[in-house]
Amino acid sequence: MPKILMKGNEAIAVAAIKGGVDAFFGYPITPQNEIPEYLSKHLLANHKVFVQAESEVAAINMVYGAAGAGARVMTSSSSPGIALKQEGISYLCGAQLPAVIVSVMRGGPGLGGIQPSQADYYQATRGGGNGDYQLIVYAPETIQETIDIMKGAFDTADFYRNPVLVLVDGLIGQMMESVDLDKPVVKRQVPKKDYATTGTKNHPGRNIINSLYLDPQELEDHTKLLYAKYDQIKQNETRYELVNMENAEYVIVAYGTMARICRSAIEILGNQGIKVGMIRPISLWPYPKAAFDKIPFGCKGILCAEMSMGQMLDDVQIANRGRFPVAFFGRTGGMVPEPEEIVAAIRHFQDRVVK
Amino acid sequence: MEVKFRKSKGLTDTPLTYCPGCTHGIVHKLVAESLEELGLIDQAIGIASVGCSVFSYLFFNCDMQQAPHGRACAEATGIKRVLPENTVFTYQGDGDLASIGIAETIHAANRGENITVIFINNAIYGMTGGQMAPTTLIGQKTTTSQDGRDPAFQGYPIKIAEIFSQIEGVAYLERVAAYDPKHVLRAKAAIKKAFTYQKEKRGFTMIEVLSSCPVNWGMNPVDALKWVKTNMSEVYPLGVFKDKGENHE
Repeated sequence: MPKILMKGNEAIAVAAIKGGVDAFFGYPITPQNEIPEYLSKHLLANHKVFVQAESEVAAINMVYGAAGAGARVMTSSSSPGIALKQEGISYLCGAQLPAVIVSVMRGGPGLGGIQPSQADYYQATRGGGNGDYQLIVYAPETIQETIDIMKGAFDTADFYRNPVLVLVDGLIGQMMESVDLDKPVVKRQVPKKDYATTGTKNHPGRNIINSLYLDPQELEDHTKLLYAKYDQIKQNETRYELVNMENAEYVIVAYGTMARICRSAIEILGNQGIKVGMIRPISLWPYPKAAFDKIPFGCKGILCAEMSMGQMLDDVQIANRGRFPVAFFGRTGGMVPEPEEIVAAIRHFQDRVVK
Repeated sequence: MEVKFRKSKGLTDTPLTYCPGCTHGIVHKLVAESLEELGLIDQAIGIASVGCSVFSYLFFNCDMQQAPHGRACAEATGIKRVLPENTVFTYQGDGDLASIGIAETIHAANRGENITVIFINNAIYGMTGGQMAPTTLIGQKTTTSQDGRDPAFQGYPIKIAEIFSQIEGVAYLERVAAYDPKHVLRAKAAIKKAFTYQKEKRGFTMIEVLSSCPVNWGMNPVDALKWVKTNMSEVYPLGVFKDKGENHE
């Protein structure tokens, strides 16, 4: 199919339909409104489910109900709205229900702002809900990559019976790029949803969707099962891209919009005779720690670049294991840096080394 | 030998976890019998809420989902929208429905979600040990209103049936009580009617059941039933608050 020009949020909605979404539940919030707007029209027209909920809290709980009933379900929101969904996200993980959650990040904390941000890295990877759980978190860099990830996200969620969070920022949501909506993605075999509450006439025995285990031994056993699954996810679903790593003097670690900006910076630096590579995590959880083993011997240091005050920086330091000096560059509050700012950060690397 | 009475097939054999004298058991029986008599058990999906009835997923003999505190009607919406032919009901207490979950409940009603809500009003938080509920009566002593509920500080008992009777999407709404056999039979008829309306796709149905909590009220079971009759029924009058079906067709 020829490429067409499309806005990020609309592309997410189209990709969700192509990924087989049965039902969407959401609540309006900037900068992701084009997702529910598009789906409200196209899901209802195709006899699928769209409900504008009374709140983000209600929306994620509708997701829980519908996912428990066996449907392919999705919600989308932005930072303060994702904060409100944390209760339901924890329950989805506890009850092992699949769902796709799209987070189009804006500045925070609090009501913050509506400009692009990456300040929800902790929220996405460290949880905000209660308990021992993990989300599978993907952070695409382009609209094409967002489409490809969205199309496969429902399979991934179903395969592991765990929510998948697609984490983009307001820039990816709001900008337009030329995309191929039908670029093939890997389809995986997903197990039959024999846990779904569809009425006992449709399956043997009673199906119960639940996250309550009052006996502490039972709860520990249940949680260990979740963690066995998370180990499997770490093995199979870790994704990253290496850019220009051969003989790199410095290595930048950046994801999403920041990675795009860093690509330009790497080109400028190359023209100035400084060879800089990049690790671009695509899965933020599981975090691609193994990528750090590919940093060439003799590298002068790692620059972690984020549109936040330094959240992924924790994972960079964990993955680095003290091997190379780590420096940090960040803009926040909705400020999107120019490539020249990254160029300057590399040129003055020593000033930015994290103590 | 003729069988005069047997336990409903809508209940499992799991022993109930409710306190002696609590009317949850009676209401469970009424819901189970209604589902059985209407032939709905094998297509029903119930929502257990947070509170004393959290374990109702162990007691109702149908598919069940356990919902976060107050969110039962959101869960029910999600289920019903993807499985419109199944019978979907929530079973919620007054803390769950009238306090933390009033938004989810009122909007499910306003959307006319074709679900049935069984609302147990016992004027107190039972599971957590007897704290004040939004439905606690004026002057009623609880562990968080130890001198009795004072409207000046704690507001008034919230009248759910009265509020919901104003909502367009509600098809059937009745307040019943479980304090004597006559009223238990009336409650059964109301619950059965609500499920029948759902089957007929008429919209949102809710049955509020005035119930007793002898343990947390500090009464014996008999006095507790009397208190439902004399004190609670006065603040929360029984009756049909809305019935769209009467003028149906």
